[in-house]
Amino acid sequence: MSKIIELKNVNKWFDKFQALKDVSLEVNQQEKIVICGPSGSGKSTLIRCINRLEEHQDGKIIVDGNEISENTKDIEKIRAEVGMVFQQFNLFPHLSILDNCTLAPIWVKKMPKKQAEEIAMKNLERVQIADQAKKFPGQLSGGQQQRSALARALCMEPKIMLFDEPTSALDPEMIKEVLDAMVDLAKAGMTMIVVTHEMGFAKEVADNMIFMDEGKIVEKAKTKDFFDNPKSERTKLFLSQIL
Amino acid sequence: MKLSFLKPNKEKINNFLISGSFLIVLSLADVIINNIFDINLTAFLPEKLSYFAPILLGTIGLYLIRIEFSGNKLLDKINTNFNSNNFNAILTLLILFALIKFIPPLLNWFFFDANFLGDTKEDCSGSGACWVFIKVWLGRFVYGMYPDSEQWRINIAFIMLFLLVGASFFVPAKVKKYFILFLLFIYPIIGLKLISGGDFGLKYIETGAWGGLSLTFIVSAFALILCFPIGMFLALGRRSDLPAIRYSSIGFIELWRGVPLITVLFMSAVMFPMFLPDGTYVDKLIRVLIAITLFEAAYMAEVIRGGLQALPKGQYEAAKSLGMGYWKMHFLIILPQALKLVIPGIANTFLALVKDTPLIFVVGLLELAGMVNLAKTNPKWLGMAMEGYVFAGLVFWIICYVMSRYSQNLEKKLSTER
Repeated sequence: MSKIIELKNVNKWFDKFQALKDVSLEVNQQEKIVICGPSGSGKSTLIRCINRLEEHQDGKIIVDGNEISENTKDIEKIRAEVGMVFQQFNLFPHLSILDNCTLAPIWVKKMPKKQAEEIAMKNLERVQIADQAKKFPGQLSGGQQQRSALARALCMEPKIMLFDEPTSALDPEMIKEVLDAMVDLAKAGMTMIVVTHEMGFAKEVADNMIFMDEGKIVEKAKTKDFFDNPKSERTKLFLSQIL
Repeated sequence: MKLSFLKPNKEKINNFLISGSFLIVLSLADVIINNIFDINLTAFLPEKLSYFAPILLGTIGLYLIRIEFSGNKLLDKINTNFNSNNFNAILTLLILFALIKFIPPLLNWFFFDANFLGDTKEDCSGSGACWVFIKVWLGRFVYGMYPDSEQWRINIAFIMLFLLVGASFFVPAKVKKYFILFLLFIYPIIGLKLISGGDFGLKYIETGAWGGLSLTFIVSAFALILCFPIGMFLALGRRSDLPAIRYSSIGFIELWRGVPLITVLFMSAVMFPMFLPDGTYVDKLIRVLIAITLFEAAYMAEVIRGGLQALPKGQYEAAKSLGMGYWKMHFLIILPQALKLVIPGIANTFLALVKDTPLIFVVGLLELAGMVNLAKTNPKWLGMAMEGYVFAGLVFWIICYVMSRYSQNLEKKLSTER
């Protein structure tokens, strides 16, 4: 399988604080990677660098053959291929769920409205909220909102999906419905990088696990090895605390 | 405890109600009779006691009817809203006394002693307002010095405007977009041409002759329509990542916000022509329009910037993550939400703008308030300042109230919270 994302010695600073230290990572097509680690370890920063919501200062990030740097002219084109689901959903509150889903395909991909709506309904059905299409985000529960946000990202038909703690802001009983939708997506063969603390989900879906601490990738391993036989002491400690 | 039978209670509700109401009626009657017939009912009392008698009687009366959970809905309502304790009872009484004292003279001045008939100042014989003044000058107040024979042009322009605006509420959504574009970009040209003339066999009427309420509308409408987009771009510019754009926006905004409007208008009249090459002439109405527009745009920019700053960062990130560039992100996601948030602030700026229009008198243009000012100095109509200003005030109040209500409705209509 071919590489779709490549990070080489990426460094990132917020003023004096170094958020990423020499991070290198390769992601193949259809690979599912789950990133875990304590808060402030740079997990979110790492995936936000991949679609340049954060700028890295040093090193190389190559997404689908395009290097991402301040010289990248069409960062929008790359972002259109990389879907993202946020912790706080970030749905557009002034638009209905359907309009949330069709807006970017119509304006960014120049898709005819009718076709965009068909794709939107298909994706909303996929996450099982087609019946809420006409409602506004404020009228939905957290779980429904997060699934809408997933559908919105899928409507751009991305090659890669990034998940930034998608279930951390949800009530416990709503976590499962979101995770189920993500499992379905994984089974359909999407390339996914997921920052999450849901280890059950990780065991079920992930090909590889990454553990980060203090801006560094401490351990990267096959999922089974990672949980059964972690190499680093720091990983062991972390796993013992959350499992 | 011996006096506990005096404490209002439910058992003897009728006794308390009757004695309480009697005292209250007595106190109000005292004030009313004192005010209208100039008779002091309580003259037999010592002077100070007589002076405070109504408030004393009223307070005791209100105390007596203050029966909690009496079961009588009206009584309970009065007690909770106007009579919840002695202090509030006194406030209620004072407000009632003030109304009794001031309302009748006002009504007298406005209606009962006012003069409505006649054509000259001499017809105003009563002691109240002389509305004849407004009646005679109404044409001037509305059309300014615009020639009488040509006033139909202003009428048609405004009737057209109102019909178009009215129709825009009813046309189907598909046509509405074009309707609004027509209103914003094509109609102003037609309207202005109709009023100024010069072509199509219409007599040219110089802007110096324009005036009155129609000029208020023209100046307000143009400034409103123009200052909004300029303010929007200034607000975006002030938050731009490009230093040149950011600093020029900041400079522009702070310059215009730091100068009083009246100074700006003076400059537009006196200094602006000095920068133009000899022989070029920009109409003073246009100069004034530009000055007001830029002035209000600076305020509008800051109002809109407030809305932009209130939006969570996640909205920008979500838009970016979907592949939207700067303009798409702002026009599809950010501005619709930000503008909705600051509707009250925008309405505020618009109202201020309408009420700032009288200042154009400094360049010799006379809108409604200016015409009133002019009319009251007419030798035949001296002493009519009060009627004129009350009339102008009322008209301005109506305009502003309508705008304010419209902004409130818009806020409700655009709310998607629930």
